[in-house]
Amino acid sequence: MSGMVSARGSVGFNDLKLPGAWSRKLSKNLYEVFIGPQHPGSGHMRIIIRIDGDVIVEADPDMGYVHRTMEKLGEGREWIKGIPLYERMAIHDACNVTEPYVRAVEKLLGVDPPLRAKYLRVLLCEINRIAAYLYGFGIFGVFTGHSTMYMWPFGDREVWIELADWLTGARLTHSYPVFGGVRRDIPAGFTDQLRKAIRYMRKRLEEYRKIFVDNPVIRARLEDVGVIPRNLAIEIGVTGPNLRASGVLYDVRYNAPYEVYDELDFEIPVFQEGDALARVWQRVEEIKQSLRILEQVADWLDKHPREPILHERFWKTAPPLYKKVFEAEGRAKLVPLYALLKVPKGKAYARAETARGEISYYVESDGGSKPYRIRIHSASARNALVFKYIAPGHRVMDLPIIYGSIDYFPPEADR
Amino acid sequence: MDKDALVAMIKEKLGDMIVSIEEGKDLIHVEVSVDSIVEAARRMKEMGFDHVKDVTAIDYPKENVIKIFYHASSYGNTDLSRYIVGIGYSIPRDRTSVPSLYYVWTTADFQEREVYEGFGIVFEGHPDMRPLLLAPPIAEKRPLRKDFVVKEEPIFKAPKKK
Repeated sequence: MSGMVSARGSVGFNDLKLPGAWSRKLSKNLYEVFIGPQHPGSGHMRIIIRIDGDVIVEADPDMGYVHRTMEKLGEGREWIKGIPLYERMAIHDACNVTEPYVRAVEKLLGVDPPLRAKYLRVLLCEINRIAAYLYGFGIFGVFTGHSTMYMWPFGDREVWIELADWLTGARLTHSYPVFGGVRRDIPAGFTDQLRKAIRYMRKRLEEYRKIFVDNPVIRARLEDVGVIPRNLAIEIGVTGPNLRASGVLYDVRYNAPYEVYDELDFEIPVFQEGDALARVWQRVEEIKQSLRILEQVADWLDKHPREPILHERFWKTAPPLYKKVFEAEGRAKLVPLYALLKVPKGKAYARAETARGEISYYVESDGGSKPYRIRIHSASARNALVFKYIAPGHRVMDLPIIYGSIDYFPPEADR
Repeated sequence: MDKDALVAMIKEKLGDMIVSIEEGKDLIHVEVSVDSIVEAARRMKEMGFDHVKDVTAIDYPKENVIKIFYHASSYGNTDLSRYIVGIGYSIPRDRTSVPSLYYVWTTADFQEREVYEGFGIVFEGHPDMRPLLLAPPIAEKRPLRKDFVVKEEPIFKAPKKK
């Protein structure tokens, strides 16, 4: 390229910078390629790969483009303000993400929420889980170039988001669980609509199977791609559906039950193959189990109407007007006590199964009105190690498949 | 296995390496000395704690101490998976070099990098000690330490007092 002269002087081949990707030669046949930091479907992230031909020899996930310093911000805010902050990690999975934080603080406070509040939390957790799986399917559809699988789950996700909207008043960031209970009771007629949605989803899952999961083209593309062997899955701490698709029976809802999961009847699906196809099947099967849980929750809620949804310690401080509103509409407004809540000194640990895997909160209080230290480790942050340890050996074209099949979500990973 | 049996088992396995055992809510904190952490972690792994849930550091400026804890649990052993055991140590705040547990728990890979960027503590023996989420100039300020105070911009300017 010696003939090219610009205002900056001659431009060599190695100086060429393309807007989306940038690459440079490291040695003979070894190139470094920067993939990103664009928005590949679920958030900003960059993966730096080194390729020999088109085989990845090394992959370095470069995270942090959507880092929002949640641990530091949490230290400077009152306890209750943590809830709307942390749910920004995964806005469509908000209840699952904030529930363990609420539970950890409840442990320190020594407060056990009423049974109905626990069922309501499970209700929204499972609605969120299904919506988040459908979101993941849609993104995976984009990555595999299957546009129907993008349109269908995103359309069906609306069903669950509308239900969550009706229940909480917000489509995504619900801030639904609060210390000692939940914000709202179900509106009249909710369980009927929920049962309708469950029937609809069962029918749709069968159609997903026909068009996507059992589609010969998709199967040929996904089988034996991104295989995570059982031992390696445990060693690098893969979590959630990805772990169970590698043959490990581990689900926080089963291994360390929280809320009312130990009273509900459901199964933990486990697949042995550990490849991209098994991970898709895993999610399909888990939606079926979530639907089962939702049916039982709906039955329980119908049988036990009008029970308290907020712990007495908080509810007794509510002004009479609040109680009147609760009697009439089932809405529990946040009582003023939350603003100046002081949490007893101590350490607590809580974890929950979110749609993408396990999230854990380490909460330490020095007895003040703000947390002393909060350590959050989210599901996608655990799954990020997959890029480093699984991607090498695959071809570049397999990278989107691995990314999509582990349902990686950068805003959740970066916190 | 109940909690007391687990604590007894840890006491037997780690022996006189233990400095203190503290029980939190759904959490057991086992403190050892910084020199014996690698051996203690190895024994924990032999017990069946096959991965770490998170690696965290907590800054106590009043006592001039930083505590680093590895919260370990198990995927393979259903009994142990119910518990979270934090194994860790205290170091003075001006110490910036500690041994890495990367070769015991691969799960600690990115998490030790997170502690490094937040607290400026270098894990010796970690093969890739770079900031993970933060840009290097910000990581240099060691933002998760308590003496790094976030200045928040007010939404409204407070009226000047006369």
